[in-house]
Amino acid sequence: MKCYLLVDFGSTNTKLTIVDIENEEIIATAKAITTIEDDIMRGFNEAYAQLEPVILENNIEFVEKIGCSSAAGGLKMIAIGLVPELTSEAARRASLGAGAKILNTYSYELAEADVEEMLAMKPEIILLCGGTDGGNKEVIINNAKVLAKFKITIPIIVACNKAAQPQVAEIFNKVGFDYYRCENVMPSINILNVDNVRDVIREVFMKNIVYAKGLDNAIKYVGDVLMPTPAAVLNAASLLAKGTDEEDGIGDLVVVDIGGATTDVHSLCDGYPTKGGITMKGLQEPFAKRSVEGDLGMRYSVLACYQAAGYRMFKKYYPNDISKDEVERQINLRHEDIKLVPINKEDKIFDATIAKICTELALNRHAGYIETSFSPFGSMYSQYGKDLTQIRYLVGTGGVLVFNDKPADILKAAKFDNEQPDLLKPMHPRYLLDKTYILSAMGLLATKLPNQALRIMKKYLIEIKEDNNEIKE
Amino acid sequence: MDKLNKTVVIGVIGADVHAVGNKIIDYALTNAGFNVVNIGVLSTQEDFINAAIETNADAILVSSLYGQGELDARGLREKCVEAGIGDILLYIGGNIVVGKQDWNVVEPKFLDMGYDRAFPPGTRIEDSINELKQDLGI
Repeated sequence: MKCYLLVDFGSTNTKLTIVDIENEEIIATAKAITTIEDDIMRGFNEAYAQLEPVILENNIEFVEKIGCSSAAGGLKMIAIGLVPELTSEAARRASLGAGAKILNTYSYELAEADVEEMLAMKPEIILLCGGTDGGNKEVIINNAKVLAKFKITIPIIVACNKAAQPQVAEIFNKVGFDYYRCENVMPSINILNVDNVRDVIREVFMKNIVYAKGLDNAIKYVGDVLMPTPAAVLNAASLLAKGTDEEDGIGDLVVVDIGGATTDVHSLCDGYPTKGGITMKGLQEPFAKRSVEGDLGMRYSVLACYQAAGYRMFKKYYPNDISKDEVERQINLRHEDIKLVPINKEDKIFDATIAKICTELALNRHAGYIETSFSPFGSMYSQYGKDLTQIRYLVGTGGVLVFNDKPADILKAAKFDNEQPDLLKPMHPRYLLDKTYILSAMGLLATKLPNQALRIMKKYLIEIKEDNNEIKE
Repeated sequence: MDKLNKTVVIGVIGADVHAVGNKIIDYALTNAGFNVVNIGVLSTQEDFINAAIETNADAILVSSLYGQGELDARGLREKCVEAGIGDILLYIGGNIVVGKQDWNVVEPKFLDMGYDRAFPPGTRIEDSINELKQDLGI
């Protein structure tokens, strides 16, 4: 049987997926703890061993093996721009869309202390932006000069004003920096151009970062480690929404990925206003938008999550009576033991409550909002960000959803709230659950066989209902 | 028309949504050879300044049609200074005060606020473009 082997070297688990490409079926999946400290292949082999009986039994021959990785802290980037709301924000969005984790964002003229600070955070890529095409050159050239004073060995991606790029290149050539030029991330005011930057980030990731992260052994066996894991998820979600030349997608959707350390939200839609009389404001949003909330997670960042929510919000989602002390005790328990797996019903309910908080807060930050201003002509409405009210599907992924009895209840926390009518969150979404954990794998498969990847997602993402939570095929 | 290699930021300030004049100004300036960065209606002072910084603009042309111009326009020059573009050319035009007031009283108010020129209702766009070219030395 001819199959693809898709490998996700995740931050916690290494996940393997075997896909029969002829019948478009998932043959088997396996996972083991990621072992980045000594040899990444130890975890891989452990997971692979689980699959061996299946491989022998079905006489499986792997025609291709592809991987993605967020091991060793993911792809860590620094974003530099000019104005915080403009090129700095554009640089952030491009990096997030490429699956990176942003350590910090800088604006205006860099000081030497800024560069010292950013290098101390040990980034893996620096993205240097600033100025529209034909716009400001001074600041970006100054920033290039300041960077050139330091010994920087990591790749620098230059996505600034194209008129300033030759000079920036000259400065970097002199000091022998490893730099990559690409299209301006914001060619004119409020116009976002992230595709080229994303591609270059991915290319640099494949060429340099995977080696730096001790993934060389993995490449020997797996072949290419194509992209960071979040980029694979975004890729899968994008395919699922848009479809291919041959096969329809399912339309506008939002993916919520609740993890131990972060909650990621991906929205795949234009997000234009759905009501009349509203003016769009601010920087354009990408069709495929990813946001990462570093303070919202089930374990590693559960303390910060509780801080953001507070006791009152916790009680809103917790079905029974619970004292503040008990909540805090349980939260600390989860923070201290990040491998804690809920066994009894109480633990599951408590975890579900945290998950609901993560979902609500992550969506509050990801979704666009309406701002009302009052004028002599009555109220005026401006929309910032994406209008998600009419999206068709809300897709849930991540362990807490998969292992909970009522996943739709958790996803429901993402819905539009009448008490906050200015937040443009989904009003009537249908819910899909990534029960078999295939999103990142399908994002990888999509780079080779998009039609198959799309059909497999349609088959394996199961719809769940809000009311009775019955899982239907 | 030949390109002038000059960038101007235009927009309607405050809670004002008068879009027609804004489009006419955009059209006329573009035809006159300017590189026009139009940030549209409902624009804040910060929107004007941010756009001017990123595009390295030569002038900011503020429109206000709904009578609240005096409130909305105040402080823009100071913010420009703070943002490092203190020398940028600043114009304002439209129905920039409440009701019909004597232009001889209105104009100095805006010049005092740091605007290089203020234009009363009924100004022909060609005239203001000529003055803009003059001020930019073209």
